[in-house]
Amino acid sequence: MADNNTPTKQRTMAENHRVGSFCATALFVIVCGLIAFPLLAGLTASLRPAREIFQNGMSLNLKVSEWNLHNYAYLFTKFINPKTTDSVAIADSNKYFMWYKNSLVLTLTTVVLTLLVCYFVAYGMTMYKTKLGNFLFFMVIATMSVPFEILMLPLYQEVTTIGLINTNAGVFLPGLCAAGTIFFFRQYMQGLPKELLDAARVDGCTEYGISVKIMMPITKPAFASMAILCAMGSWNNMLWPMLVFRDTNKFTLQIGLNTLLTPYGNNYDLLIAGSMFGIIPILIIYLIFNRYLVAGMTSGAVKG
Amino acid sequence: MSKVKKILYSQKVAPFVFSLPFCISLLVFWLYPLVTGILMSFQTVDFGVTTWVGVSHYTKLMKDPFFRTAVWNSVEYMILTLLLLVPIPMLLAVLIESRITKARGLWKIIMYIPALTSVVISGMLFRLMFSEGDGSQMNQLMHMLGQSSIPWLKSKGTGWVALLLLCMWRWTGVNMLYFVSGLNGIDGSLYESADIDGASPTQKFWYVTLPLLRPTTVYVITISVFAGLSMFLESFMLWNGNSSPKNIGLTIVGYLYKRGIETNELGYACAVGVVLMIIALVINFIQLFATGTIGFKKKED
Repeated sequence: MADNNTPTKQRTMAENHRVGSFCATALFVIVCGLIAFPLLAGLTASLRPAREIFQNGMSLNLKVSEWNLHNYAYLFTKFINPKTTDSVAIADSNKYFMWYKNSLVLTLTTVVLTLLVCYFVAYGMTMYKTKLGNFLFFMVIATMSVPFEILMLPLYQEVTTIGLINTNAGVFLPGLCAAGTIFFFRQYMQGLPKELLDAARVDGCTEYGISVKIMMPITKPAFASMAILCAMGSWNNMLWPMLVFRDTNKFTLQIGLNTLLTPYGNNYDLLIAGSMFGIIPILIIYLIFNRYLVAGMTSGAVKG
Repeated sequence: MSKVKKILYSQKVAPFVFSLPFCISLLVFWLYPLVTGILMSFQTVDFGVTTWVGVSHYTKLMKDPFFRTAVWNSVEYMILTLLLLVPIPMLLAVLIESRITKARGLWKIIMYIPALTSVVISGMLFRLMFSEGDGSQMNQLMHMLGQSSIPWLKSKGTGWVALLLLCMWRWTGVNMLYFVSGLNGIDGSLYESADIDGASPTQKFWYVTLPLLRPTTVYVITISVFAGLSMFLESFMLWNGNSSPKNIGLTIVGYLYKRGIETNELGYACAVGVVLMIIALVINFIQLFATGTIGFKKKED
């Protein structure tokens, strides 16, 4: 024991620690550099002439002197709907901003409705001791273990029959009771004291009043983390909206960007600029609510 | 009227009212499509006329070389992503949560950013990075190493390097965060007693961290199995459409999309979907059994 406390030993240990600390930190600098690389490459490519991207892909040679905002300027001012479109309202308007707006509207509607519905469903499952609640929770797990892609085609037919094709409702309705979101709300509510409910009942609050006035404010952090995950999913969702939307003026940003890739030539200049600008909303939300996100996405991992 | 209201507001009925949206959604948007999907796999739909064809779609599938390629690609992709996206993020998580790494918060924030990009954007970035011209970054890198340009996306070996790098780029940070949260759930006093017993860092990892991290590991493996098997858009974006050279990027869902949407053979496509579901359930069952999550429980401690 005495050996451990000699000054030389302590010095080597401190030195080892410093070397280890340097190596570990250096590793993360390298990993994060590699992770940032494609995005930085995309960003610099968006500042360079379109022809060059088309010919060379994204080059390592930065040529900073040639940087300009032409691609963005073209995207924001010249990329407009033709005069001859069916709808008068969208003729001559900017195509990119139209997709952007569609995505924002769809994402906002999806997030608000999904969170509210999932909250009340989870509340009903968790706050009352019923057999139904346990059965429904089992069904939540069951829906989670069937990949969406299997339901895609029959669901597409169904949505067409109901008449929801080409509408926002057709996109968000099938996913409104998101199993993951219900699961998370349930996990969160299980940790809350149920005595609050009885106290509120004694005070004459109705069952529905309790769920809105008492429990909702307490579950705010859960709402925050689910809101980000849901917003990310909705903003970046592509496969299902691609099937539901037919008209170009209904397209979301992701589908719209995808249409820039055609067999007759790819508009990489518009695509890169549009992509880089399209990350911004979700990046802002992420940077602001980052700490809630971690809590949200790890909820399922705790219990396994 | 007030009687109805009284019933609706009672403590017995309220849970049913709360659960109603889920029940409706479950029936309309899950059970119904699931059952129709399975039924449709035994039928052909031609211009609205449905004929019962029995298991002929399935026997045809067994002989379909494209389907075999698709299944093999999906399974291979799943195995490779499991090998890459479980151990590496786990080690990174252990390293980032150990006291020795500086500026931990910053690295966590940066490493998650790729998951914010959509498949369209990430697919485009990687396609441009790996494009076959002499000017693309990966080919410039090859030039620096004294090699000549490679048509990356034209053959399976190099094309899959791009595909797997794309996958790692998007998911390493996400999986790392799962493991970080798992690590935070481990009781710190266990490490202290391990220290007193004189355990080395490697021993601590094998005998304390790994066993206690098991729920997280099982969770990450489960979601990776599903995500790997149902991968489609990554290859769709990387190869700019659903037809890659020699079908090197064809996956089960890609084939389902091709038959169901592009050539409108709904019955056949549904059979593909049913096979995918069976493969996913079997693999997941084996996995949950092997990790001891279901079945007989091992005694811990």
